[in-house]
Amino acid sequence: MASEREVVVLGAGMHPWGKWGRSFIEYGVAAARAALDDAGVAWPEIQFVAGADTIRNGYPGYVAGATFSQALGWTGAKISSSYAACASGTQAIASARAQILAGLCEVALVVGADTTPKGFFAPVGGERRDDPDWLRFHLLGATNPTYFGLYARRRMALHGATDIDFATVKVKNAAHGLGNPYARYRKETSVEEVLNSPMVADPLRLLEICATSDGGAALVLCSKEFAERRGATGQVRIAGISTVTPSYPNTVIEMPNFATDSSAVLPVPNEAFRHSIAHAAYEEAGVDPSDVSLAEVYDLSSALELDWYEDLGLCEVGEAEHLLRSGASSLGGRIPVNASGGLSSFGEAIPAQAIAQVCELTWQLRGTAEGRQVEGAKVGVSANQGLFGHGSSVVVVR
Amino acid sequence: MSKQTVPAIEGWFTSGAEPRLIGSRCTGCATYLFPPRSGFCPNPHCSAEAFEDVELSHEGTIWSFTDAQYQPPAPYISSTDPYEPFAIVAVELEKEGIVVLGQVARGLGVNDLEVGMRVKLEIGTLYEDDEAVHEMWAWRPVGAN
Repeated sequence: MASEREVVVLGAGMHPWGKWGRSFIEYGVAAARAALDDAGVAWPEIQFVAGADTIRNGYPGYVAGATFSQALGWTGAKISSSYAACASGTQAIASARAQILAGLCEVALVVGADTTPKGFFAPVGGERRDDPDWLRFHLLGATNPTYFGLYARRRMALHGATDIDFATVKVKNAAHGLGNPYARYRKETSVEEVLNSPMVADPLRLLEICATSDGGAALVLCSKEFAERRGATGQVRIAGISTVTPSYPNTVIEMPNFATDSSAVLPVPNEAFRHSIAHAAYEEAGVDPSDVSLAEVYDLSSALELDWYEDLGLCEVGEAEHLLRSGASSLGGRIPVNASGGLSSFGEAIPAQAIAQVCELTWQLRGTAEGRQVEGAKVGVSANQGLFGHGSSVVVVR
Repeated sequence: MSKQTVPAIEGWFTSGAEPRLIGSRCTGCATYLFPPRSGFCPNPHCSAEAFEDVELSHEGTIWSFTDAQYQPPAPYISSTDPYEPFAIVAVELEKEGIVVLGQVARGLGVNDLEVGMRVKLEIGTLYEDDEAVHEMWAWRPVGAN
């Protein structure tokens, strides 16, 4: 059953992450050309282009599918453009995959790229009193790290996480990112250095909060038949994608909201939102969390990575600190998390990030992730979530 | 002439001696919402589109807390120059079954807070401009001065 739903990842490509302030189109085109080269597919052969949108780069960013297609040269391909905040990349992958699975096209290109301003993400400009994202800055001074700080303090109170645990996540991811040529920060750090960096949103310090970056990532996806005709066998396949919403009532405070849903009249669902995200991808892929070789998760903060361990079923609830401390989530451990270095080493390039996660999983499953290879990787899972309730998780297998 | 005092946002809270947050209650399924809204009930099993204003509990329990050591970007307006960090809490209102955010009363920081602590609603100054003093709700640990 699962195999009928599989789509082949024929090519993966990235532009390195950094902070250059050049056009996002440049990063996207570089990533697209790298993915096409990797796939051995010429641009004019692409039948469908899925662009992941950025809202910070004017109109061309809102119509990313067309913007990248024009930059590569119009070919008359079908296109789509997807926006779902941090989940935009997965939306674009899902869009291309659905076209292939439906038989509407055989080979598709997925591209996402961004150029980001310095500092805290601020809301889109203008006075917009009907937009919770604008209001939370204006009325509460609640930045993104505010929400990360709330999750981190909650984790400390419920599960006994410590400052040292959170710093250890950063140290681990920095060590992983050292070997990744696409990572922006390639520098080792120590628990002491992390704990000495300035406090931003208690208990989280500057080195524990993900930066904003420029970057681009792309994938060439195709049907099994297309891959076979190219003589490409034994390729990495996309076995499951989850784009689920929360279920009402969602009683965990979510960015950019002022309050949670109410549990006054309906019971709280058994599965919290973040847990349901990966679960839906596992179910579609027909894999169990115990099958997973490695995971790429959204470490918007060092503390949030620990929540993901539990949400992805890599350990029981309350066991994430133990998993971390045992070294199981480090390279060489039982279930390496963020072998790429994660957002900790990349910073976030919003529409590119979920695509970059799948690029990394693809290289890991091929055994070509030089300097950070997870030995014998067979099943990889990515997870993130987009503002306002966009779940995002991809399971890849080989 | 002294400046007028206005809520930083209309219709979300009452001021006075016993201030309250104003939520909405669905006339169909009786679920609560905050901020108050019109439109559609978020309960997927309810298609009601009418709400009544309801005052929410003025005391709750800290679900979690954090602070803002750096000045948030606009449209946040600092009430002080230079900027002074403030704490933020997520407060669970048991009766309504919601967790709601708010700044902590000025002068208190994360060292004054713990998950599970009882807090009470009060009104304070968010910022002041040429026209008015803009008020906003804040939370204070019960018994803290």
